[in-house]
Amino acid sequence: MANDTGTIAQATTPETRPSAGSFGGMTARSGAAMNSARIAIRSLDFYYGSNKALKGISLDLPDRQVTGMIGPSGCGKSTLLRVLNRMYSLYPGQRAEGEVMLDGQNIIAPDIDLNALRAKVGMVFQKPTPFPMSIHENIAFGIRLHETLPRAEMEERVEWALTRAALWPEVKDRLHSSAMGLSGGQQQRLCIARSIAVRPEVMLFDEPTSALDPISTLKIEELIDELKQDFTIAIVTHNMQQAARCADQVAFFYLGELVEVAPAGEMFTAPRQKRTQEYITGRFG
Amino acid sequence: MSATTSASRVPGRAKDLRASSALHRRRARTDAVIRFLCLVATALGLLFLVSILATLVVKGAGGISLSVFTEVTRPPGSNGGLLNAIIGSLIQVTLATLIGTPIGLLVGTYLAEYAGTSRFGYVVRFVSDVLLSAPSILIGLFIYQLMVLPFGGFSGWAGAVALAIIVIPVVVRTTEDMLRLIPNTLREAVIGLGAPKWKMVVLVCWRAAFSGILTGILLAVARVAGETAPLLFTSLGNLNWSVDLAKPMSSLPITIYSYAGSPYEDWITLAWTGALIITLGVLGLNILARTLLRARRR
Repeated sequence: MANDTGTIAQATTPETRPSAGSFGGMTARSGAAMNSARIAIRSLDFYYGSNKALKGISLDLPDRQVTGMIGPSGCGKSTLLRVLNRMYSLYPGQRAEGEVMLDGQNIIAPDIDLNALRAKVGMVFQKPTPFPMSIHENIAFGIRLHETLPRAEMEERVEWALTRAALWPEVKDRLHSSAMGLSGGQQQRLCIARSIAVRPEVMLFDEPTSALDPISTLKIEELIDELKQDFTIAIVTHNMQQAARCADQVAFFYLGELVEVAPAGEMFTAPRQKRTQEYITGRFG
Repeated sequence: MSATTSASRVPGRAKDLRASSALHRRRARTDAVIRFLCLVATALGLLFLVSILATLVVKGAGGISLSVFTEVTRPPGSNGGLLNAIIGSLIQVTLATLIGTPIGLLVGTYLAEYAGTSRFGYVVRFVSDVLLSAPSILIGLFIYQLMVLPFGGFSGWAGAVALAIIVIPVVVRTTEDMLRLIPNTLREAVIGLGAPKWKMVVLVCWRAAFSGILTGILLAVARVAGETAPLLFTSLGNLNWSVDLAKPMSSLPITIYSYAGSPYEDWITLAWTGALIITLGVLGLNILARTLLRARRR
């Protein structure tokens, strides 16, 4: 299935994606150098109880770029994502040590306002998670958590979010019907719209297409490419082609360690580490 | 695996594929026996159910007339009805639902969303489950001690509270069960937008579990609508028209209880009619709930 996805998406890429050229090694590398880090992770350790799941991670997420996180199951890439919006704080026994700087603040410090942080750092999950309410209400829900908008502005914002998520044409005539009636791919774009409606700075994608068909996958990938103009993006994926297509920089994790981070073009053509090469060529994982 | 192990070497696999083989015949026999036992049990269960319903309809339907719903209970032979009992039941069951549902809903929510695996949560869950299966006459006696003796008399309030205590554990259990069915990723999606936990619970989780919770509430209503024992020591029953909750109040189950045991023909018929009314009421409630839920899902 992963291969099907790859083939279809790659075949379509040149026509549909204007920025496809920047995926070549040199361009991406110089691009990475120009952007400052939106999130700077330094010496991050993470524990599930006494089990150390992340070991001394240091990584920059460059502003308005896509960072792809790859690695075999259990390597810690999803864990890292859940540190960036403090999702782990929901669960007692999970804790992080080190430094994760966003806008000059260490977000893993105990005195952080988690709701405000999560408004800045949005997340899209593996399975679509529409709320049991109308399409319109799904989007408005997130906005209302942080802002009180007059009716007209609310409508505008909902339309803006749905348009940015490439869903507006498909739902504009049924905004008030249940979001549960949308297809899987539409639901996932709704979740993206719901996240960006809050106007975050950073968007986290945790395997956003692994439950979707190839066409929906392509749409989401195009969307991510489009969204990076405004948002700093981190995407966890098991699909190497997806990382190659979407990401500007790719980080390879193995057994809780960050093995290598490089511009996407370089990572997949000339990995520096032996383990990276073995993983991306499918020798393990 | 398939490359190294051929079919004949798998232990226990039949070599003889004909239906006449000994193994096949033995399996077919066992299958027939089990199927027969299941059918007999089903037939037996249905027999009781159908005979109860049939008796109810045969004996109760004849007594249904307008006067049952317009006249209050009267002495035997004077064409009384069940109006006060019906209204009394409606008042007490409605009050019990209004009192018991919010408490049950909040306790169930506490257990599913906040208690986690804590010791206190475990104790609350255990106590609620004990209450769920406690004999309802105990609850009647408890409220008798608590609300009847100190306030100097039987009352509609006492009856409603006794029924509410039966409603609570039913709602607790279904609320907790329904909330636990919600996938954690939905919760994380709400939290991930920057929502405080109470908004996650109230605006999303309750809504996601709405149909299940409503079913639980209706189940509880159906259960208390037919309860007699908790009312014996609390609202007692009242042969006259009364909607004063501070006084003894009539109810269908109590009226059925006293009428069915009486020697008077017309009272006995009214008892059957009352029983039929309760049954139809509960049935109607169930149908209504299902229709509402289906309309909502669309």
